[in-house]
Amino acid sequence: MSDTHSPHLAHHFDSPVQQFESGKLGMWIFLATEILLFGGLFCAYAVYRANHPEIFVYAHRYLDKTLGGINTAILIGSSFTMAWAVRAAQLGRQRALKVLLALTIACAFGFLGIKFVEYEHKWKEGLLWGKRYAPHAEGRAEPAADPAAAVAATPPAGVNAEEHTLIPPPARGPAGLAVSDHADERLHLEQEAPKNVQVFFSVYFAMTGLHGIHVIAGMALLGWILLRASRGEFGPDYFIPVDLAGLYWHLVDLIWIFLFPLLYLIH
Amino acid sequence: MSLTTRLLDLLAGGVQSNPDGGFWMPEAASTGAPAVDNLFHFILWLSVFFFALIVGLMVLFVVRYRRRAGREEPEPSPNHNVALEVTWTVIPLLLVFVIFVWGFKVFLDLNTPPANSYEVLVTGQKWKWLFTYPNGHVDENLHVPIDTPIRLVMTSEDVIHSFYVPAFRIKRDVVPGRYAKAWFRATKVGEYQVFCAEYCGTGHSDMGTHVVVHEPGGFERWMTEVADFLNKLPPAEAGERLFKARGCAQCHTVDGGASVGPTLKGVFGHAVTLADGKSVTADEDYVRESILEPQAKVVAGFQPVMPTYKGKLKDQEITAIAEYMKTLK
Amino acid sequence: MADKGTAASLVTGNALAGDNYLNHTKGLRSWLFTLDHKRIGVMYLVSILASFLLGGIFALLMRTSLLSPTKHIVSADTYNQMFTLHGAIMIFLFIIPGIPAALGNIVLPLMLGAKDVAFPRLNLASYYCWVAGAIFSLLSIVLGAVDTGWTFYTPYSTTTNTSVVAMTFGALILGFSSIFTGLNFIVTIHKLRPKGMGWFRMPLFVWGLYGTAIIQVLATPVLGITLLLLIVERTLGVGIFDPALGGDPVLYQHFFWFYSHPAVYIMILPAMGVISETVSVFSRKHIFGYKAIAFSSIAIAAISFLVWGHHMFVSGQSNLAGMIFSFLTFLVAIPSAIKVFNWVATMYKGAIRLDTPMLYVMSFLFLFGIGGLTGLFLGSLAVDVHLHDTYFVVAHFHYVMFGGTVIAFLGGLHYWWPKFTGRMYDEAWGRIAAVLVFVGFNATFFSQFVMGSKGMPRRYYNYLPEYQIYHQISTIGSFVMGIGFIIIAVYLIRSLIAGKPAPANPWGGATLEWQTTSPPPHDNFALSPEAGDPYDLEAFRWDAAVGGYVKKSDAAVAVG
Repeated sequence: MSDTHSPHLAHHFDSPVQQFESGKLGMWIFLATEILLFGGLFCAYAVYRANHPEIFVYAHRYLDKTLGGINTAILIGSSFTMAWAVRAAQLGRQRALKVLLALTIACAFGFLGIKFVEYEHKWKEGLLWGKRYAPHAEGRAEPAADPAAAVAATPPAGVNAEEHTLIPPPARGPAGLAVSDHADERLHLEQEAPKNVQVFFSVYFAMTGLHGIHVIAGMALLGWILLRASRGEFGPDYFIPVDLAGLYWHLVDLIWIFLFPLLYLIH
Repeated sequence: MSLTTRLLDLLAGGVQSNPDGGFWMPEAASTGAPAVDNLFHFILWLSVFFFALIVGLMVLFVVRYRRRAGREEPEPSPNHNVALEVTWTVIPLLLVFVIFVWGFKVFLDLNTPPANSYEVLVTGQKWKWLFTYPNGHVDENLHVPIDTPIRLVMTSEDVIHSFYVPAFRIKRDVVPGRYAKAWFRATKVGEYQVFCAEYCGTGHSDMGTHVVVHEPGGFERWMTEVADFLNKLPPAEAGERLFKARGCAQCHTVDGGASVGPTLKGVFGHAVTLADGKSVTADEDYVRESILEPQAKVVAGFQPVMPTYKGKLKDQEITAIAEYMKTLK
Repeated sequence: MADKGTAASLVTGNALAGDNYLNHTKGLRSWLFTLDHKRIGVMYLVSILASFLLGGIFALLMRTSLLSPTKHIVSADTYNQMFTLHGAIMIFLFIIPGIPAALGNIVLPLMLGAKDVAFPRLNLASYYCWVAGAIFSLLSIVLGAVDTGWTFYTPYSTTTNTSVVAMTFGALILGFSSIFTGLNFIVTIHKLRPKGMGWFRMPLFVWGLYGTAIIQVLATPVLGITLLLLIVERTLGVGIFDPALGGDPVLYQHFFWFYSHPAVYIMILPAMGVISETVSVFSRKHIFGYKAIAFSSIAIAAISFLVWGHHMFVSGQSNLAGMIFSFLTFLVAIPSAIKVFNWVATMYKGAIRLDTPMLYVMSFLFLFGIGGLTGLFLGSLAVDVHLHDTYFVVAHFHYVMFGGTVIAFLGGLHYWWPKFTGRMYDEAWGRIAAVLVFVGFNATFFSQFVMGSKGMPRRYYNYLPEYQIYHQISTIGSFVMGIGFIIIAVYLIRSLIAGKPAPANPWGGATLEWQTTSPPPHDNFALSPEAGDPYDLEAFRWDAAVGGYVKKSDAAVAVG
């Protein structure tokens, strides 16, 4: 009374349909957990941006919009090849499936390569997170953020401060590195360097770093799928793994599509 | 007190707060305390009623409907009853709404200091409270006049602490990097315990001090006396007071025992071995340098963790502390 | 049919002598790499009970140390490490996986008449995540035990020199374990229900697990990112929670409680499910208000996400935020109250058997009643200011988590023990231990309500002499409870060897797990069972020859 027994049907499922639906529901729930994982960082972003918009407006100029834009295009392209790969699997076009999966992985490499270039720039310029934030200035030395000194700088008793002021650490924005064509604006920026610029870079590295880890995990996953595809395991009867890996990859792209404007395109 | 609050207090139905605190609460010594106690007792009696209802019915059913010989099977009874279920949903909902509104109103009172409050700055640090008065005097106890609104502006030097006075029913987390505020108006002369309520490490449970509530006029007398103690007391005695009040005793013992920092017993006038192997005589200059620049010459065997007192202790105070050290033989 | 054991199992429903999941395959490897949800559940059960023992030892050491206000058997730092480890072990290693991953893992597919959970490999991965997390957490004891409290509040946790990273990394991995279990259960409940089991034919334990799983899946990732940020804060100095670098330490508290408040419902919802099953079976009556109980589980799961701020009434959040969180906190009390009323109403006109699981039900109603009602004090803004971070909170938490979840866990363990092991435990000792735990518990924690409202702050190593009498009562109570647990351990272990063979359905339950042998076979059911009303207890009658309950219709067939 059982259905035609597919070799891919696990013993505790009654039918391939039930198995497929279970896998798909499981993947969607997993994606929900991923969104919530990033959700924490988006909340942190929202809290700090709401409290200190000047930091974000000031510091985002040190991110390279062009490289970020290229990366966005690459990821959107990879989503397209991924979706196409799923279609190829469903239609049983083995060669197309392999090529498209390989293309997707190549896009991921491209993305990480550009990300590496961006990170390297930040590293060289000292535009790093929290404690490591020590921007190199042209012409004058910038004091590094020293948490010990900042704690000591707690307003001593006797200061009658009214509102919830965060303690100002001695760090300042990187003078002279502003990417701007107008000297006036540049001068303006130097004067307006707000306190706690490192907060922006902490958020930037936390968000893009976690996203980068997800890209690497996605590449490993797609690599495994490609391996199985090259063994000819997938076809119209069995394409769940390709489909699920695709869902994961789209999520990774989607998160970047939110990260790009939030970090690079602030006004 | 608004009309609603009065009505709510009436609702408490005669369970007027007991100034000694009764079975549940500590002594009540502020204007805020009775309002909190009234609400506490209202919730208490409401809870006792519902608890008795639930457990009473449960015991009754167990006794009455226990399975025994001749009563093997249950009697037929419905599986649900909409009217009953709506009743036991709506009534608790209304009651908790009353508790919510009442709690919020009292909370607002507890959080809103009168405009003419006397302000004291509070600093929390591991593991000590320091109180700075408007005239600059710093004390380890919080001295306040009776029947005067006192506003506390609090900050932390290190981790999160929480300023808690059970007798006043006030508590506020003191978070580094921001100012926490609290206020109270004491109604009884006496000494009341202050706790740190937010866990802050090794000495958390010893981070206590007292609020001393003075009778009318007593606070001013106390203030004139202590504010001028540097000039009135012999320097060594003034130094001892500073030593205790300004946090030195948290890390330095005066009886030869080990602590975070070296003991100060028998140190003055003797040679001290430093971390770099050199030796130095502990004279007035060394004491002064160690207070203002603690990391300059660290005693061998200790971590360079002492904070600087530059800008926190005046010259005259440092001299007094050095005088005090001379007496520790 | 020649097999003697199989023949016996046909009569009594006991499969100890025949083929069952315990002896289906043999050897250590067959256990370590098993994909059978029952074996994974058993491994979970043994592991979490070991954690409970460890956490309990820390608790007893602390209580002993607190006999005197100032004279101690341990140093202040050791004491601080002990309460941290007690909390972290009990929360992350014992109580969160306690009912879902141990009891639920074994029972859920059986209740659904399914062969296994939807993703057996993920289930095993969940167990090994638990093991890895436990190893990291315990490794932190060797590397300098954490002294931050189980809440890991910044900036203390970023500045202390104890091994916070190992412990939080362990908790992070335990989070994965919890997510995997939750994900698995949601899919299992959605997709593997049998014919005839619509959503409102599901046993209420399944509803409880479903609500739990939703919270596990939606809240745990936020704990994950929080702990990750804490770890990078300590290792790299990212400074998101560091006020010296422009960060906000209170943001950590928001993140932490966004997980950890729903997490207490991860702990209590399945416990409520256990109570719903047992109160009905031992009253021999259909559960009262099925839909109300089912919907209240989901309501609790939903509202639980919106109340985290009540942990921060004195942290300096705005009055408006305090007001909203207080209001929502009172709302979440209502579904719990509805459940309690329904359970009591279920007993009305029943035929109540006072077996050990029912004693735990009564114990639960008493203790959870107090735990729930004292929540009203803490939800009320003005009163919470006084009670926050005192022993009142400690007592409230233990009344809900211990008096609620652990008592229900014990009830469930006794209820399903015959099904898991095929053996009955000693009923007389079971009742004695249940009473001892109940009495000891109240002595331990009721005294803490009083000292808490009198102002005794929590996490105190030294205390003022005026609180000593309460501490002494509390400590004596904890010893009584300890004795109760030793008795439970002894008779349960003894039952494995000497216990009477259990019939398929010793209590007369109508849910599907009672329709297979005790213990069940590897594939759970010889024939796929047909699902009916899970509380139609009248369909079963006692059969003295079997020593258990049998379906009236089956008996009729046999006679016919």
